[in-house]
Amino acid sequence: MTMWNAVLLAAIACVLLKMLGYLTPPHWLDAPRPARISDLLTVALLGALVAVQTLGDGMAVVVDARVPAVLVAAVLLSMRASFLVVVVAAAVVAAVLRLLGWAT
Amino acid sequence: MTHEPDVEARRARRQGIAVALATSAYGISFGALAVASGLDVWQTCVLSLVMFTGGSQFAFIGVMVSGGLAAAPAAIASAALLGVRNVAYGMRMSPVIGPGWPKRLAAAHFTIDESTAVSLAQTSPRARTLGFWVTGVAIYIGWNATTLAGALLGDVLGDPRGYGLDAAAAAAFLALLWPRLKSRQAIAVGAAAAVVAACLTPWLMPGMPVLLAAMVAVVVGWFNWLGRPEGPAAPDRTASAGGTA
Repeated sequence: MTMWNAVLLAAIACVLLKMLGYLTPPHWLDAPRPARISDLLTVALLGALVAVQTLGDGMAVVVDARVPAVLVAAVLLSMRASFLVVVVAAAVVAAVLRLLGWAT
Repeated sequence: MTHEPDVEARRARRQGIAVALATSAYGISFGALAVASGLDVWQTCVLSLVMFTGGSQFAFIGVMVSGGLAAAPAAIASAALLGVRNVAYGMRMSPVIGPGWPKRLAAAHFTIDESTAVSLAQTSPRARTLGFWVTGVAIYIGWNATTLAGALLGDVLGDPRGYGLDAAAAAAFLALLWPRLKSRQAIAVGAAAAVVAACLTPWLMPGMPVLLAAMVAVVVGWFNWLGRPEGPAAPDRTASAGGTA
């Protein structure tokens, strides 16, 4: 599969899901189980992505400059900092730690 | 506070623009991270133009950077699974948008966390409709402009690790997750999924740990472990979901 195939397939899948919402009778949302699973699915995927992006390096688990950077991000989020501030701060922490040679 | 229709409509429009400005700003980080993950500028822009749902876009490039093209099926699946919540948003927005297929097709494309949240935060039907369209269209314009800017910037930056862009990606997912951690059940699912994904990473192809960790949500959600007693879904469920595109 080329990168273009992957980009287009993923994009079309997401567009179709959006359309599906408008084709489904709204009262189906009253069923608590699908609504709950849909909410938790988002949480689980994002939680897993945080872990993999922080600790993963291909198939290895490594502790490097990303760990302190994400901890700083968590502190900023608990202080209600905006998305951009959090993301930039994490990048700066990791970049500075690497520049100083304190972390890989 | 007055409930005159004009005042409400004006407030909906103002909220929509404010949310759009804040959301569009982080299109820069998406553009830069996408290019650092191996996509070219055009592929990055197509994701924002066509996929247009921030969480899925970040998931796609996140899995791609960990596994390369071999992880493409997992990247597509991750993006699609994160897009499942848009089905629920579409179901909520459907009566707000009203009949007429061209309009509904356009509305589907602009159905994201923010447009749904701003719309459902309004009280009058007119303000709800206006809030949806203003937020959706303004974010579409802003998000695509900043994506292009970020992609061009990422292209000239070079080595992403030297700028801490890998850490920025991790922080981006945490920032998308944060506003959703409102219940004990959500916190438990997020934490368990993180542990499952980290533990599976050495054993499975990149991308697969994330997909398997999603099963935590299906199991916990099915049996409603740690959840509130069953009842009809709260009408403001999606309104409180804001924070991601």
